[in-house]
This record gives sequence, structure tokens and C-alpha cells, in this order.
Amino acid sequence: MISTDVLIVGAGPSALFAVQQLGLLGLKAEVVDNLDKVGGQCSELYPDKPIYDIPAISECTGETLIKNLMKQIEPFNTNFHLNERVDRLAKEGTKWKITTNRKKVFIASSIIIAGGIGSFEPRKFPLKESEKFENSGVFYSIRDKKYFDNKKICIFGGGDSALDWSIELSKNSKVVLVHRRSEFRGTPKNVETIKRLEKDGKIQIETPYQINSIEGGDKITSITIKDDEGKIKKIDTDYILGFFGLVMKLGPIAEWGLNLDKKHITVSTENLQTDKEGIFAIGDICTYPGKIKLILSGFHEAALAARGCFRLARPNEIYRHEFTTTSKTIHERLGKKKS
Amino acid sequence: MSVMEGAVQNNIPGIDADCGGSMACATCHVYVDEKWFNKLKKKDEGEEDMLDMAYQPNKFSRLSCQLIVSNEFDGLILRMPSKQG
Repeated sequence: MISTDVLIVGAGPSALFAVQQLGLLGLKAEVVDNLDKVGGQCSELYPDKPIYDIPAISECTGETLIKNLMKQIEPFNTNFHLNERVDRLAKEGTKWKITTNRKKVFIASSIIIAGGIGSFEPRKFPLKESEKFENSGVFYSIRDKKYFDNKKICIFGGGDSALDWSIELSKNSKVVLVHRRSEFRGTPKNVETIKRLEKDGKIQIETPYQINSIEGGDKITSITIKDDEGKIKKIDTDYILGFFGLVMKLGPIAEWGLNLDKKHITVSTENLQTDKEGIFAIGDICTYPGKIKLILSGFHEAALAARGCFRLARPNEIYRHEFTTTSKTIHERLGKKKS
Repeated sequence: MSVMEGAVQNNIPGIDADCGGSMACATCHVYVDEKWFNKLKKKDEGEEDMLDMAYQPNKFSRLSCQLIVSNEFDGLILRMPSKQG
């Protein structure tokens, strides 16, 4: 069991700035995120896309923004629990008990939900029969590439995940790459490599095709693919891999008994608290009259929620507003030496 | 106003628009009626990239966040995919 002042659900920009704001107030936070890396949508959806509306930063990519936020919270030595999803919340005395899908337990006086629009899950094949073969013949990620050695594999998708794995797996297996259009959106280098491998007969490329059916008993034996005109092709294969990016699902958050408005958590604008004391929600997942879904709004919400958390974590202390320019306490918390 | 915004603001189900119109999610996917498809402004590369991730895209697929409405589109016919995610 881990005791902390605040547990933060999510590790996107609002969550990271909440760590900083809590840190300045002397509060310790633990962060849990379902993804394998920090950054939320910035890292997952648009790492290379420039953002133009972060105050005082004319232009920066999602990746850079996250890198800088991580640097800003270095002094607080925050623990990140990645690849882990918060499943259950329960009141325990005046505190909250939080349990993850990996059965990790936290006790905290407050929870800040900064869950974006829920958790990311791989987008799946649109066929019913693909469920039956999931993890035996149908995969959306690769844990151990040896599993695919000397097999017949069909890879679906047009981005870098599909291209990277096609290139890698073609070394030891027979790979057919299927995509809905003839252009691939991967990096020029990957696209060039794929075209060369096709020319050398190492990879078979089928475009513009999408999956149409999967055949087999216990195991997949073949699939059919179909183009926009209805033309169908059969391919013998052992495994199929889909790389269609990620979808967002609200997931367990919907079951915590919080007031929801169209997949968003309703909060008070005073401190971003939900209808339950000690549970706050910030960033894209929260809503209130006038809410704007911008990263900068998430930062402001993080600052307000941190003060709300302070009152619960330190009920006997009086909150004092301090500036980072002049406060000696804040300088100590940031590890800044007196000049 | 985009078709997506019109749908969301008027509680029309089936347009999820998880990313809020930043062309980062493909959950406002629609099929444009064949007669209308070529009358619309062409999609740019970013939209085509996102459509790779849509549920069952076809050659008449568009992201409704990129369809800006005006008087000339009065009567525009769009069909929904069976789901967005």
C-alpha cells in the first residue's frame, strides 16, 4: 500500500502540471496512467504536430511540451505507475482508497482525475470473428517477435507501427502488408524501405484493400480482403496484425458514481472538485459552464485543484498564497540555493 | 461551423468527436452521399491519414469536423458508420 497526499489519474499535460503545483504547496503526488509513457494525447496522438497556443511559447510539438513539463517537475521525484489503470475508488475514513488493475493500492486524501477522454485502447478489426481469434491469431501489439518466426503474417495499417513491424518481421517470416489506400503515412524512410523490400520480393503489398473475412477453426487458415469496388482476394495466413491506432474509452471512470455530462465529469469552477469531496477533475475530462478544451485551461485547472487538495491534505494548516519569485519555502522545495 | 459541431451541439448521437475537432481521433467519421462527395472541398493529407484509423472507411469517407457548412450545402446527405470506435 502506498500512502500519498494526492493520487493523479492520467499523465497528460494537465496531470504533469498538477504535480508541479502540488509540489510547490509541499504536497506529494503519485501518478497512474494506462499508457506505457507519459504525455497522454500529446505523446499518443500528436507528438510531432506543433502546438501554437501555449502561453509564451510560440510553437512547440506535443513531444517537446511533455519533455519540458517533465523537466519542470524533476525536483519533486514523482513516482509514475505506467501501464496501469485505476479501477476502483472507495472512501476510507476521511481518505480515499484507490485500487489499480494490477492490484496496487494507494491511500490518498485527494484524487485528481486528469484522464483526458478516458483510456486508450487499440482500434480493432471490424469483424465479429476477429474476437474469437484475438491473442491466438489476431494481434494488436507484439510482445515477443519470435512468436512470429517462420509464419505467414498479414499486417494491416498504413502508419509507422504497421511499417516498422512489416520490415522487422519480414526478416524471418512471410509478410503481406494490407492497407486501405496506396499511400502510406509512415516516415519517408520507412516507406522507402517497404517499397524496396517489395521490389526484392521480401514483402507483398496489397492496396487498396481492407479485411473482409477470417477463415479457420481453432487457428486462422486464411483471410479475404476486399477493395472499394468489391473485388475480393484470398490470402493464406497464420496470423493477422492490426495497427489502426488507438481509440479512447472512458472505461472504469464511468463507474465511480461521479456526475457525468456526455462523457465528461462535472466540477465546480472554484476548485475543480466533483460532487464527491476529495475527488477533483481537470483537463479535457472535466466540464463546467464555459469550459474550453485547451492545454492552457488544464494548467489553470491544475493550479486551482492543487489548492483544493491542500485544504484536505493539511486541514490544520492555513493556506498562504506565495509567489515562486520570492518565497523561500518554494525555493527550498525546488531545490534552489540562495544566491 | 462544421458538420461535427452542428451534430454535437444538437445532441445528434453517433458523432463522438473525442478530440474536439483537432483532426486527431477519427471519431466523427461519416460517409458522404455519392452525389455530394465531389462537391465538397477536397480532404487534405492529415484527414486522409486519420481516416486510416476510422471504423470501416470507404472512398466516400470524411471526417465531419472538416466539413464546414454553408448555404450551398443545404440538403447535404451524410450516412453514419455503424460505430465510431
